[in-house]
Amino acid sequence: MSAPVIEIAGVKKVYRMGETDVFALRGVDLTVNAGELLAVMGSSGSGKSTLMNILGCLDVPTAGSYVLDGIRVDGMSRNELADLRNKKLGFVFQGFNLLPRTSAVENVELPLLYDRTGRWTNPRALAVEALERVGLGERLEHQPSELSGGQQQRVAIARALVTQPTLLLADEPTGNLDSKTSVEVMALFQALNEQGITVIIVTHEPDIAQYAHRVIDVRDGRIMKDHVVATPRRAADDVLTMDAEARVAEFGDAKEAA
Amino acid sequence: MKTKALLAMATGSILKNKMRTMLTMLGIVIGVGAVIVMVAVGNGAQKQIEVQIKNLGTNLIVVTPGSTAAGGASQGAQTFNRLTVADADKIKSDATLLSAVSPVIVTRTQIITGKGNWRTEINGVSTDYLTIRDWGVTSGSLFTDDDVRAKRKVAVLGATIVKNLFPDSDPVGSQIQLGHVPFTVIGVLDAKGQTSSGVDQDDIVLVPYTTAQDRLSGMVFLGQILASASSPQNMVAAQEEIRGIMRDSHGLLGGGADDFTVRDQTAIAQAATSTTSVMTGLLAAIASISLVVGGIGIMNIMLVSVTERTREIGIRMAVGARGSDVLTQFLVESVVMSLLGGVVGLALGFGGAAILGHVMGWSTATPLIAVFVAVGFSAAVGMFFGYYPARKAAALDPIQALRYE
Repeated sequence: MSAPVIEIAGVKKVYRMGETDVFALRGVDLTVNAGELLAVMGSSGSGKSTLMNILGCLDVPTAGSYVLDGIRVDGMSRNELADLRNKKLGFVFQGFNLLPRTSAVENVELPLLYDRTGRWTNPRALAVEALERVGLGERLEHQPSELSGGQQQRVAIARALVTQPTLLLADEPTGNLDSKTSVEVMALFQALNEQGITVIIVTHEPDIAQYAHRVIDVRDGRIMKDHVVATPRRAADDVLTMDAEARVAEFGDAKEAA
Repeated sequence: MKTKALLAMATGSILKNKMRTMLTMLGIVIGVGAVIVMVAVGNGAQKQIEVQIKNLGTNLIVVTPGSTAAGGASQGAQTFNRLTVADADKIKSDATLLSAVSPVIVTRTQIITGKGNWRTEINGVSTDYLTIRDWGVTSGSLFTDDDVRAKRKVAVLGATIVKNLFPDSDPVGSQIQLGHVPFTVIGVLDAKGQTSSGVDQDDIVLVPYTTAQDRLSGMVFLGQILASASSPQNMVAAQEEIRGIMRDSHGLLGGGADDFTVRDQTAIAQAATSTTSVMTGLLAAIASISLVVGGIGIMNIMLVSVTERTREIGIRMAVGARGSDVLTQFLVESVVMSLLGGVVGLALGFGGAAILGHVMGWSTATPLIAVFVAVGFSAAVGMFFGYYPARKAAALDPIQALRYE
């Protein structure tokens, strides 16, 4: 087995709110190996968002160590964190977070423009390729306002993929989507995971977590449960089932109308 | 991040808010336009003055009475601070570097003819006067040395007076009255036009200075002595020579300050041009205040823009933008905006100056340097007023920026 993608030990995060200290994380240990599809569950205030921010190198822990893909993250400066995010991470958010009035392909291109290593020779071609990978090859020049929620989230996923990150981090990726689109997006995550990308999904919906291979529960700043799902549901199968059910319902409506 | 991508990004986001961008730019447009127009008008005036000073006469040297008597009574009693015909004669006879010398007596009086009357300036001068002023007559002739010696009552009229009193006849040979004294018109001067200060040089009557002293002003003293240096190279030496003669004539050889002033036209020219250049500077300074106001407008809009685009900043940071990337982006946006405004203002300023010149009949000239200064200045304004909002954007925390609603 290769080295773990994520290795955190004894991670604590304390926020000062006026006079009092708020303990968001009280000592978290977690190891995620390459190729995992992990769901982080927890209610609001559990500390899962803080954990997500630390895993995403948007924030640094107050105490404890974080090693991402062999690189020590804790103690890094703002600029080092920015470069690391660009090189190693892809983000997918609940609110899609696309740039408004900017075409899909330009949105996907964005992370490539902030590259400092000079890895990419043709950002536009890579962006087109990433959009084709999420099934939006026909929507390159569409602006976010001209796309449905599911399509917008696919653009966001393409943007996360385009830098070929070590880790894909999704924060409530289905929170703003209807149930069928949610399952479609989960099918996309599963497909990408099968292609070898490590994916971490933060969610509070058990329905979504059941598509993961491993689920951890965060409560009061600690990991309470960490279990492997023996046979996760296949989202692609559920999509097919839902399509079939929709057709039956339509048929029923038509019959009633007749 | 590559420069090309940065510029494309900046212009892209500027173009997304066309109306706002245009209104923001307007401040810079007006500022730069105003500076250009002001400099053009001021510069044009300066050029015009230079031309007019050349018109004053060739190698002109002016001797005027000094003002050393202003010190007090005791000094006034001992100083002899008036110009006399004797001074002029002494300069004429002793100086070696002068080609012509003329005393000038100035008085104002009413001209009366059979057809009307006109109040004007009478200059009592010698026959050298027209040589010094580089002036000619259109009809008739100037009086002679003989006329001067004999104190004859003859007059040469300026073009403005002819136009007003003899609209459709040649005045040469006719009789006029200056005050109560009858004179014969013997010549008409070339039209010379206005001076830079708007004085009509043609509103003048020339008479022999001897006649003027005797019959018109009753004054012994001269308003000034005009002289012409024999060549431009001799200007400085000629003035020194005049000064020496004057000091001798006024009994100042033992010491004491000059009680007269010797000036040449370069001194007059310098005074006039420095006045206009001060005016030009003042106008440009006032105009550049609007540039500063325009810059504040840019800062205001950039601050609004940073707040509005907090989430965008968060997204950019999440995908790997450093604080410096965000700073550069916003800075480039404000500089591009103010530079665009500067270029538009430049065009507007040139257009405005051309229209002003056409409508008001002013001569305008914009030096090339003003173009570079205006463009450079507007870029600097964008940089200066864009920095604070840009730094604010760069200092945002990515987590909070992403959550911003």
